[in-house]
Amino acid sequence: MINGKPLAYLDSAATAQKPVEVIDELTRFYTEYNANVHRGVYKISEEATAAYEEARAKIARLINANSPTEIIFVRGTTEAINLVAQSWGRMNVGLGEGIILTEMEHHSNIVPWQLLAKQKGAHLKYVGLTDDGHLVHEDFRQHLELGGSKLVTMTHVSNVLGTINPVREYIREAHKQGCRVFVDAAQSVPHMPVDVQDMDCDFLAFSGHKMCGPTGIGVLYAKKAILEEMPPYHGGGEMIREVHLYESTWRDPPYRFEAGTTNIAGAIGLGKAIDYLSELGLRNIQLHDQELAEYMHDMLGKVRGVKIYGPANPRTKAGVISFNLGDVHAHDMASLLDEDGIAVRSGHHCAQPLMDRLGVSSTTRASVYIYNTEDEIDRLVESVERAGRVFKV
Amino acid sequence: MSSIYSEIILDYYRYPRNKGTLPHAQIHARDTNPLCGDVIEMQLEVDEKNTVKDVKFNGQGCAISQASASMLTELVKGKTVDNVRKISKEDVLSLIGGQLTAVRLKCALLSLKVLKTGVYNYIGSTDATKEELSGL
Ligand SMILES: Cc1ncc(COP(=O)(O)O)c(C=O)c1O
Repeated sequence: MINGKPLAYLDSAATAQKPVEVIDELTRFYTEYNANVHRGVYKISEEATAAYEEARAKIARLINANSPTEIIFVRGTTEAINLVAQSWGRMNVGLGEGIILTEMEHHSNIVPWQLLAKQKGAHLKYVGLTDDGHLVHEDFRQHLELGGSKLVTMTHVSNVLGTINPVREYIREAHKQGCRVFVDAAQSVPHMPVDVQDMDCDFLAFSGHKMCGPTGIGVLYAKKAILEEMPPYHGGGEMIREVHLYESTWRDPPYRFEAGTTNIAGAIGLGKAIDYLSELGLRNIQLHDQELAEYMHDMLGKVRGVKIYGPANPRTKAGVISFNLGDVHAHDMASLLDEDGIAVRSGHHCAQPLMDRLGVSSTTRASVYIYNTEDEIDRLVESVERAGRVFKV
Repeated sequence: MSSIYSEIILDYYRYPRNKGTLPHAQIHARDTNPLCGDVIEMQLEVDEKNTVKDVKFNGQGCAISQASASMLTELVKGKTVDNVRKISKEDVLSLIGGQLTAVRLKCALLSLKVLKTGVYNYIGSTDATKEELSGL
């Protein structure tokens, strides 16, 4: 209950609520088989190791990776991007070479590349957006054809506009020019079937907490041949083959990239979350999200003064809708909705370049997931109407 | 629960008092709230007895940040600088009325932070005043 009203949680694009199955598994791990992995020879250590590696295998199956060795546990999407920028990027991107990004990226898929570009004297090149929030394909082609770019990095689904990008097509074109492609799948893997082999991406990342898993655990997928060539990101225990006083040798992937004691509980919890989502079926989840988003799009669109950003056709986007009402500031909107027990996000959504492109300082964002209902959307719409009356829009 | 969006707040937001600039202001400060993008600028003109003769604010952002800035200008007009520095968080919050969440508190207190920054720059800042500002 929030402010005397039942909570309508419409902020799953920020983080998802956790099913009791996941919470119970965390408790079970900590109470029954808490031990470090890959170290002990005793029973519970073996149990923990098996559960940790089983989680890796579940992730590989979920995204159809060739092998669990292509799955690296990280803290989240942000760490995955930094890992690739500092390990693969430092080795492969040189002076004057290009990294292609899009104007709809989350800050976490901009700043690590800015850091790399500064270190190496590389250039960032942005693919622009149309007024209705799609990528300008022509920009992309031009950047590619100019040559000299080593990497394309783009989000699969926009966390602000809900735009689903045609990543498969972009990857095919990038590969023709010898460019590697990184896909930020933070907003797609939780909500739809994703097949890395079909997509043919070189790298892909997502966060456990946005898919009903714990915080502090996420995934970097990369093709095996690429991982094998990459130097370590962090040094420490578990990632080495042999350590001498002045030199060490590395283990094979994925362990090369998992230095120190990792988030074991998080990985096991994420494995449980994947069981939960798989049982529902990713295709069903996608349909459910889409139906609700379409309903929300229609109903919000009818409210006088509401402007919805991004694709006009809700069928071409995921369950994320950004809007503003007249000149009501997004923070005032979110506070008013909160008074009615409705949780939405307001602000720049970690995408300031996108806000600049839209010509606004902030938007209100409502996003849906498996547990949301039409009834909650009705309450959202009613509350937005109330905001219109309060602010006399 | 009563809404923080009282008629008074909405009125100050729609029809801000003392909005504008003062070219001869001796006290001048500006700050932003990076979380929301709220911007507030405060300018104060004081006479030889250090009494605030005139005050203007400028800015953009949410209703809470803009209304509180406007209300604050009315509070400081006619006060001595010494009395302006004594204005507390609680004084501003009681002007606004209603319950604010921690995040919105930042919106409500941005104008006070800007005002105090300006005043302390004018009369000289100490470790204590720096600490006070970082608590706002
Ligand atoms: C598209 C996108 N990329 C990256 C991230 C960053 O994810 P995390 O904060 O879990 O590292 C987010 C989450 O807000 C996102 O929506």
